Amino acid sequence: MMHYVNRGSKPTKTGFGEGVLDAGRLHPELMVLGADITASVGLDLFAKEFPGRFFSLGIAEQNCAGVAAGLALSGKIPVFSTYGVFASLRSSDQIRVSVCYNNLHVIIGGAHAGISVGPDGATHQALEDIAVMRALPNMTVLSPCDATQARLLTRMAVEQLKGPVYIRFGREAVPDFMDGNMETDIGKGQLLKEGKDVCLIATGHMVWEALQASYLLGKSGISARVINIHTIKPLDSRIIIKAARDTHRIVTVEEHQINGGLGSAVAEVVSQNYPVKMKIIGVKDTFGESGKPEELLKKFGLNAEDIVSDVIHFLNDDH
Amino acid sequence: MIIKHIRDIEELKKISFNIRKDILLSLAEAGSGHTGASLGLADVFTCLYFAVMNHNPQDPSWPKRDRLVLSIGHVAPVLYAALAHAGYFPKEELMTLRKLGSRLQGHPGRDHGLPGIELSTGSLGQGLSVSAGMAIAARYNNENHRIYCVMGDGELQEGSVWEAAMSAAHHKLDNICVIVDRNKLQIDGKTSDVMELEPLGDKWRSFGWQVCECNGNNHEEILSAFDTTQELNFKPKIILAHTLMGKGVSTVENDYRWHGKAPSKEEAQRFIAMLV
Repeated sequence: MMHYVNRGSKPTKTGFGEGVLDAGRLHPELMVLGADITASVGLDLFAKEFPGRFFSLGIAEQNCAGVAAGLALSGKIPVFSTYGVFASLRSSDQIRVSVCYNNLHVIIGGAHAGISVGPDGATHQALEDIAVMRALPNMTVLSPCDATQARLLTRMAVEQLKGPVYIRFGREAVPDFMDGNMETDIGKGQLLKEGKDVCLIATGHMVWEALQASYLLGKSGISARVINIHTIKPLDSRIIIKAARDTHRIVTVEEHQINGGLGSAVAEVVSQNYPVKMKIIGVKDTFGESGKPEELLKKFGLNAEDIVSDVIHFLNDDH
Repeated sequence: MIIKHIRDIEELKKISFNIRKDILLSLAEAGSGHTGASLGLADVFTCLYFAVMNHNPQDPSWPKRDRLVLSIGHVAPVLYAALAHAGYFPKEELMTLRKLGSRLQGHPGRDHGLPGIELSTGSLGQGLSVSAGMAIAARYNNENHRIYCVMGDGELQEGSVWEAAMSAAHHKLDNICVIVDRNKLQIDGKTSDVMELEPLGDKWRSFGWQVCECNGNNHEEILSAFDTTQELNFKPKIILAHTLMGKGVSTVENDYRWHGKAPSKEEAQRFIAMLV
């Protein structure tokens, strides 16, 4: 198994913006909708290169989602992006009915995912978006682990999917470590590191933290497998069931509420197929707050050291 | 075949009569549904499908067709009756309304396969945004078809409608025409008691729209209202169609209790006998 190295930190939103530009250059039917935070969600690259295919709609997320549906019904591939809190909640009924019920190929970008948004605080930190989006029929939910993967998955979402898709990405620069040539398929988890004592299943930036945690656990003689779930829906149940069989212990890690997110999705698979003990690491049913991203990750128990102590506790508490 | 426009008022009246009859029969058969506004909009739908819109019932996805977005999804019975009369599907199928496995869902559902349904709707206040997206795409592609969006007046209380109104004017979408069913009633009672909408025309004018009002139960007036919306002047168009909820059945007319109630089979027969 390879060792993962940070080639230089980069926000996943940059990868999303680059992915939209890549796809936009190849697909003239791709259109981008602006919700007043165009640069902040990484779409300024596209807007600058293709001003005729960029439509500003102002601070009006509900309308944005509906306009996207209308474009999709007319054969366009619309990309609508705003902060994940607003995409998933402010416009959720429009996404449910106009987009998902009509099963339209709309690319919804959810920026500012997780607590690591930092100083903007609770209102801007998307912590419930996975729960909302994965509950909607027809929706695909993507959560890339770094900028390289965000770029790749964004283009794949444009080219390979036919229905609605939500792509979650963050604001803070995080390690960019994935090999762009690694086999990546929407709907398939990625085994990043082998291990037999416990399996860490993570999504988004938490994949990097889980990898670091697994190296630290190795020093204590604990062999931790690491799986990257970049597609939360449809979830790769095969790789999860195999992990449950092989390691008998599963720990999930996400920058999201522990209710309804990756941990819940994994638990739905594990409990119905191969029940083993699980630990769900995430934000514990509270709102976020202001602070530097690294301070917040520490406070909310989401960095590698916290994962290590949670895992050790979990394994020791094992009856 | 592209539908031939009818300008003969007596002929249009006859179609409206038959559409009303089928609304009542299908609702009675379903045992539930929205009678009042469906009857009230029968004349507007007759004009749209037989005198205004370019469309082809044999080729529902004809790219040049005008689109009809039913933002007020609960008046599905009038849309279904108009589609059936235009030839999109057999009229007998109207009697499957709201039944298990039917293509005629309680609110229009695209994925159930009924020809002529452009958009699944039912949650109010969403259709105009989708219409704006269709209008942006049409203009980008240099296509000349139009987007007709039918809304209820109570529906205009949804905030998202005004987001959409602002965006249609900002992007100068003169290929959109909204028709508001201005019957001044909603489930809880009069719109003026539930939530005042007036001055409604001024609201839309101040948002940059071209506003026209008409008697929505008078075919001549409806047709001249649509005539005024054909001009491409960079302004989206709206027709405030003043209708009578329940129009055609005197015991139902203007009675908000008939908003979401279906007639019994006996009532339906009595009501049909009252139709003129």
